[in-house]
Amino acid sequence: MPTETAEDLIEDFQAIGVKDRLNLLLEFSENLPQLPARYADHPDLLERVEECQSPIYLFVEVTNGVVHLFFTAPAEAPTTRGFASILHSVIDGLSVADVLRFDDDFPSKIGLTEAVSPLRIRGMRGMLARIKRQVSEKR
Amino acid sequence: MSIEFDPSAKFSEYAHPEVLVSTDWLSQNLGREGLVVVESDEDVLLYETGHIPGAVKIDWHTDLNDPVLRDYVSDEAFAALLSSKGINRDTTVVIYGDKSNWWASYALWVFKLYGHPDVRLLDGGRDKWIAEGRELTKDEPLIVTGDYPVTKRDDSTLRAFRDDILKHWGNPLIDVRSPEEYSGERTHMPAYPEEGALRGGHIPTAASVPWAKAVGTDGAYKSRAELEEIYLTGAGLKDGDNVIAYCRIGERSSHTWFALNYLLGFKNVRNYDGSWTEWGSLVGVPIVKGAEPGLAPKVS
Repeated sequence: MPTETAEDLIEDFQAIGVKDRLNLLLEFSENLPQLPARYADHPDLLERVEECQSPIYLFVEVTNGVVHLFFTAPAEAPTTRGFASILHSVIDGLSVADVLRFDDDFPSKIGLTEAVSPLRIRGMRGMLARIKRQVSEKR
Repeated sequence: MSIEFDPSAKFSEYAHPEVLVSTDWLSQNLGREGLVVVESDEDVLLYETGHIPGAVKIDWHTDLNDPVLRDYVSDEAFAALLSSKGINRDTTVVIYGDKSNWWASYALWVFKLYGHPDVRLLDGGRDKWIAEGRELTKDEPLIVTGDYPVTKRDDSTLRAFRDDILKHWGNPLIDVRSPEEYSGERTHMPAYPEEGALRGGHIPTAASVPWAKAVGTDGAYKSRAELEEIYLTGAGLKDGDNVIAYCRIGERSSHTWFALNYLLGFKNVRNYDGSWTEWGSLVGVPIVKGAEPGLAPKVS
């Protein structure tokens, strides 16, 4: 199961002011799980998220109907890492069906649009769209 | 009472040596009265992960752009922003940022629209500072609120609008995006969500000179002779030309605008900040696809 439900995460962000949302995003960014060695040694397996201004790569694994996410992004791109980490916390561990049902509009609901700008939020939408596409290809 | 300029030999070759400072210079001048260091990054959180001691943060999107109108903030909001960062009209401002100063030069260009007299760029930006092992801190700077006057933004001298482009045929345009964006390949990848513009390609006659040609491996601007080779010999610009630069949203072209305006001394260079996200979505304007600049449309 994911570490947090999407609803709880939205509530966490909505409960605090804009500046604190940035700090929370930074915490997420610092807690993005490391890429396991099997991907670290095979960057060719990862898909680049073109919507993000900073380079981020993702890979989706489906094992027994459960979805696992892997991301890598440089330390110089904390916002992008934060987006990836948020998606990881609410999606990693969900079933295929739940991921495909996952709210496409989630990135707009966490109250970060104002804090980071609509343009940047688009990067998170791109990650989510790619996760769902990879899941539908691999189920 | 502006602070004395950086006398580095490299800068003295440029048309306006006073607009750049080196990491050495900044290191020696940190904390001086009358100096405010500003960090401006692509990544809105990068400053929080560590910044040059005493530096304040100005975000190009959430601070400099109006949240409703697609334009820069009002004259009043700009004055309030600068005051809140401890900047006065006579403050020497040094701006630096990530990505070889894309957003830093964009912020500098916006400061110039409002006519701030003394604003300089840290050559090489954040990456060079870090690569040299210089100090970063997460400590919030102590800010003595400034009293910045409300000044009128001048949109006619350094800024180009879409109608200016339509009257510009016959004068040089510089497209500073990647070759794939220039040729129009980039918006047509199957199964991938669209980019911000509805069409791909470039403005007719624009020369392709990706912004990064202007910097060396350390992210600092190349020497004057190298810049002349790129923009005069390579792109065919001539002294006295009326030049407009553009990119996707005007940030990378600010970096080129800076080089043409201050380093090579072109007196008539404008940045088209609407750039491709506007031009590539406008109804009825001419577009050229492929690697060639193409011909100017016939004006009847």
